[in-house]
Amino acid sequence: MNPSHIRATLQRAAQTPPNERYVLRLYVTGMTPRSARAVSNLRAICDEYLEGRYDLEVIDIYQQPVLAIGEQIVAAPTLIKKLPLPMRRIIGDMSNRDRVLVGLDLVRAPDAS
Amino acid sequence: METSPTVIDVLPQHARDRELAKTRTGIRGLDEITRGGLPTGRPTLVCGGPGSGKTLLALTFLVNGAVQYGEPGVLLTFEENAEEMASDVASLGFDLPELIKTQRLAVDYVRVERGEIEETGEYDLEGLFVRLDYAIRTVGAKRIVLDTIESLFAGLKNDGVLRSELRRLFRWLKDQGVTALITGERGEGLLTRQGLEEYVSDAVILLDHRVHDQVSTRRLRVVKYRGSHHGTNEYPFLINAAGISVLPVSSLALRHEAPLERVSSGVGRLDKMLSGKGYYRGSTILVSGTAGTGKTSLSAHFLDAACRRGERCLCFLFEESPQQLLRNMRSIGIDLEPWVTAGLLKFHADRPSRYGLETHLVTMHEAVAEFRPAVTVIDPVTNLMTVGTYADVEAMLTRLIDHLKTENITAMLTSLTPGQTDIERTETTISSLMDTWLVLGNDEVDGVRRRGLYVLKSRGMAHSNERREFVLTDRGFNLLDTVGAARKALGHARSVWREGRSR
Repeated sequence: MNPSHIRATLQRAAQTPPNERYVLRLYVTGMTPRSARAVSNLRAICDEYLEGRYDLEVIDIYQQPVLAIGEQIVAAPTLIKKLPLPMRRIIGDMSNRDRVLVGLDLVRAPDAS
Repeated sequence: METSPTVIDVLPQHARDRELAKTRTGIRGLDEITRGGLPTGRPTLVCGGPGSGKTLLALTFLVNGAVQYGEPGVLLTFEENAEEMASDVASLGFDLPELIKTQRLAVDYVRVERGEIEETGEYDLEGLFVRLDYAIRTVGAKRIVLDTIESLFAGLKNDGVLRSELRRLFRWLKDQGVTALITGERGEGLLTRQGLEEYVSDAVILLDHRVHDQVSTRRLRVVKYRGSHHGTNEYPFLINAAGISVLPVSSLALRHEAPLERVSSGVGRLDKMLSGKGYYRGSTILVSGTAGTGKTSLSAHFLDAACRRGERCLCFLFEESPQQLLRNMRSIGIDLEPWVTAGLLKFHADRPSRYGLETHLVTMHEAVAEFRPAVTVIDPVTNLMTVGTYADVEAMLTRLIDHLKTENITAMLTSLTPGQTDIERTETTISSLMDTWLVLGNDEVDGVRRRGLYVLKSRGMAHSNERREFVLTDRGFNLLDTVGAARKALGHARSVWREGRSR
């Protein structure tokens, strides 16, 4: 991704109407280091890009296996962006920031531009 | 589906103890080949190409477990959704919704869509483990099916993670003590596309679906079974309205009973030629002759006699329809129709070219298992030879006759000898399997066709060596008296002929 592209997408993100709220569900497996990493990486990204306009719920599938079935969770951690549409699935510990941003539609995927 | 005793049941107790613990599939034949079923508490891989019957085999394993053996099961499917699958197998009498409702089966449909998932760092497949664990605990599962887990490779990009997680999954399944059946798609040069056989190494079953001369045959082979003996041949199997069944017959040793009881051929004078008492019960009789020599008529006598004794008869027809046969036999005074009405006689008519030999064999087995006849007629067995090579036919007949003997079913096979040539070849193929061999023939003497019959062999009895002349009357087969009587008849025939000519 080149710098001008990043600038453009950041601008677009900044111009997104503030009333567009993000509803996010993060499915983790207990408090493993990987789960903890996913939670903290994701919060950092949300605080930076979506401050004040996101709901993040962290769900432990060990505690609520039925939700894992209902939401078709296979990999852990899995983040589901419920809103805004389209719904998206993002898996992993959220350490690859660029990919998280693509998954959240905060940055357009390089190949899509 | 009923369970029949298998090899494992007849093994002495000490021999059984040495075998590893097994879990029955309840699939006829498969439990015999594997000597009792799949390894209990271990994963078994079932692989094969598309449409080879993997999913059906897996589902049958689960349903039989739940229904027959009181072992609840879990189906984790990646293929279709649960409703589609339920309707697919409903025709086989599998009521999946009912099993789910009564907590004997849990179904979880795992959907992984290609390219929909953004991967942002380390992950594992713990979600899958959680779901499996939940399903297993919900029903107290003893059996589990993963169909087809390789679908994960299409949805997730990180092969390394997938492979290590699959390895962990199979180990975890062992720790759970569940008997698992994992299906895999046949791959290029590998048993499965992703080389699952590397992870599941306890038992591997390969299904194959071949088409040869436009006739399809399904075969099953146990490629590997760690710590257990198993049949190593390829066994034909069939998928029909009754589900899946495998034929392990060639694994049986030569150890049939040899009953002393005799059964009438239905022709009094023929019985006399067979040391006065007819055929042995449970023996196999070959009736051979050229076209129009009375083979079918002799079979009809045999069927009629058996029905008169109140025995059930199953008649396989590969040439005529049942209606044709009934009509033709009525013309020689044998009315089989009442026996059909009474349910003692059943016909099973098929075109030989309809299936491959193996499928015929399985179909015939199924029919025999279902009807449980005392007498079976195959008319004519030679028509089956049009579907395969001599070696194939011999192998098939050996298996069939083996089975009939084991069941103590008396079998009569008719064999059409093609004209004057090639007589020996067709018949040596199968003659060694026969206990009694009757040869019918036509001779033309002075323009009169004379029918003759002789007993070429009949094991275990002092049979006549005469070649007897016979006529087909409106009261059936009539073996003529001695040579003198035959001469008289011949003289009569000649005079009839002369009269006819002089007119």
